[in-house]
Amino acid sequence: MNPPSTPTAARAEPGVTGTAAARDAGDARRARCLMLLAGLGVAALALSALGLAAGSAGLSWSALQQDLADGHAAALIGQLRAPRTLGALLVGALLGLAGAIAQGVFRNPLADPFLLGSAAGASLAVVAVIAASALAGQAIAPAAAAWAERLGLVGAAYLGALGGVGLTLLLARGAHQTLRLLLAGVVVGVLLGALAELLTLLSPDALRARQAFQLGSTALLGWPAVALLALGLALALPLALRSARVLDALTLGEDSAASLGLHLPRWRLALVALLALCTALAVAQAGLVAFVGLVAPHLVRRLAPSAHGYLLGASALAGGVLLLAADVLARSVVAPQELPVGIVTAVLGGGYLLWLLGRGGLR
Amino acid sequence: MMRTLAAVLLFVLLSAAAGAAAAAGIRIVDDRGVAVDFAQSPQRIVSLLPSLTETVCALDACDRLVGVDRWSNWPAPVRALPRLGGLDDVQVEALLRLRPDVVLAALSHRTLARLEALGLRVVALQTERHADVQRVLATVAALLGEPARGEQAWARVQQQLAQAAARMPPALHGATVYFEIASTPHAAGADSFIGQTLAALGLHNIVPPALGPFPQVNPEFVVRARPDLLVAVAREARTLAQRPGWAALPALRAGRVCAPAEGPAWELLVRPGPRLGEAALALADCLAALPAPLPASPQ
Repeated sequence: MNPPSTPTAARAEPGVTGTAAARDAGDARRARCLMLLAGLGVAALALSALGLAAGSAGLSWSALQQDLADGHAAALIGQLRAPRTLGALLVGALLGLAGAIAQGVFRNPLADPFLLGSAAGASLAVVAVIAASALAGQAIAPAAAAWAERLGLVGAAYLGALGGVGLTLLLARGAHQTLRLLLAGVVVGVLLGALAELLTLLSPDALRARQAFQLGSTALLGWPAVALLALGLALALPLALRSARVLDALTLGEDSAASLGLHLPRWRLALVALLALCTALAVAQAGLVAFVGLVAPHLVRRLAPSAHGYLLGASALAGGVLLLAADVLARSVVAPQELPVGIVTAVLGGGYLLWLLGRGGLR
Repeated sequence: MMRTLAAVLLFVLLSAAAGAAAAAGIRIVDDRGVAVDFAQSPQRIVSLLPSLTETVCALDACDRLVGVDRWSNWPAPVRALPRLGGLDDVQVEALLRLRPDVVLAALSHRTLARLEALGLRVVALQTERHADVQRVLATVAALLGEPARGEQAWARVQQQLAQAAARMPPALHGATVYFEIASTPHAAGADSFIGQTLAALGLHNIVPPALGPFPQVNPEFVVRARPDLLVAVAREARTLAQRPGWAALPALRAGRVCAPAEGPAWELLVRPGPRLGEAALALADCLAALPAPLPASPQ
């Protein structure tokens, strides 16, 4: 499907323009980008169709016909499978976008959306809510429990993720230095993670819920969740695209970017905030789905190297396709049982990335 | 040469003496298949699992317990005992200080080998299904030197199970049920001890045995199965109707949801121990009290 030339051969050198060779390289690159977008679009559509067909009977044509004949299909597809399918696409897209932003801001291909304490913060919040309502059974903290129940797991995870990033920013005293920010993120992750462990020990009820949250799940996504996710993506994507030139400048190095007249700390803070909002929204609805945010930008960069304007959008699409594929597999492989979707994304995304590395050689 | 011979002779004599002591004492084969010998019935017992704690107390030997795990909370006297941590974080030093004659622990307990290396006698037991509860009652009763009590306790459980089945309204006979143990959603399948209790109550579990004891199911599976009855912990039961597509479930519309409160009421249902029969009675009472009558059974 892809031309045999290595992806880097197509990377345009800045400053080299006007020659026929560069024009050809540019054309080839554009063609590659378009092909990837088209491929991802087709995959998204095909997987969505599968997502509507795959239910608790697995991917079974006869079960689908049976449902259509019984008149169950409208409710099953309209209320369960459609929002779940769209929700998986949107959560994956938010994570893919967040991953591309993270890797751009930190100029590090190992960066992922869960880097700055958002994952640990969200986990801690989820465990705290469950522990509070479990303790309420022993009449210890009825007020806290009532509060926790109103907030719900989704709200708690959202606030927890934002709180984790907020704490990281506080410890790093803003976003002036990348290294300080990353270190603060690691420290916050470890600290909040330890607190969550402690709470889990004290309240065994929280153990399974915590595990489920950390593996991620698309099983209970409904229309309200889809509406929230869609709104979030509709707001975040244009903002991210508007900052693409900053991320492009950052690829030249922080000094070069600053010499272009960019106020880096301010931009970094804005991008970290955007990254945190995307991650918190996705994580609140579907848990800590592994690997999507890390692998989606890599797939795009390897298949169609390009500037950030394209990378951000294509990473979102790739993330959505990856998570939806994982979701369809998760609900059909052992139906009517489910595999935790995070395990499937790790296997799918990791496997594909390894295959790409093997094909192109480790760079 | 003579010295070696003497040593061998001494060893043989000692082994014979030990064998005689074991023959006079108690030999327990635990669920690992390990034989553990006791010169006499242990008087100082540590239990590291709530259902084993309950088993010891159900056999009238609560006073022999000297320490329990963090989650053991029934019957009331065990709450005053020293706490020795949870499944994965046993406080070994505190446990040693109690000088127990035997430690009862779950088969999956991480520290079995460590405790044995420290010279403690460990009996590892597995309580997963009704038959396990019966076997564990017999094993622990033998350990206590009171084998008859084990049979009595199991007879009581069976009697309670029969009583519970008798309390079920005839209209619920053969009704379909979904028992959720976690909102992920994880169900209690027909192949779990909860599933066995539901079957004893004459109910039909929508989660078949082939899926294993506690499978994570697709929420759509429940919507499609349209169970007549739902059982879930109160906290989750309140939010079931908000799950996509669940509001239309007949059981939710008619309020046929049994929702025990977090804490003791729920723990009674989800602990595979000697209170199995009591749990069946509680479940039967809860189901019998549900408001709406069932519609003519939809087959």
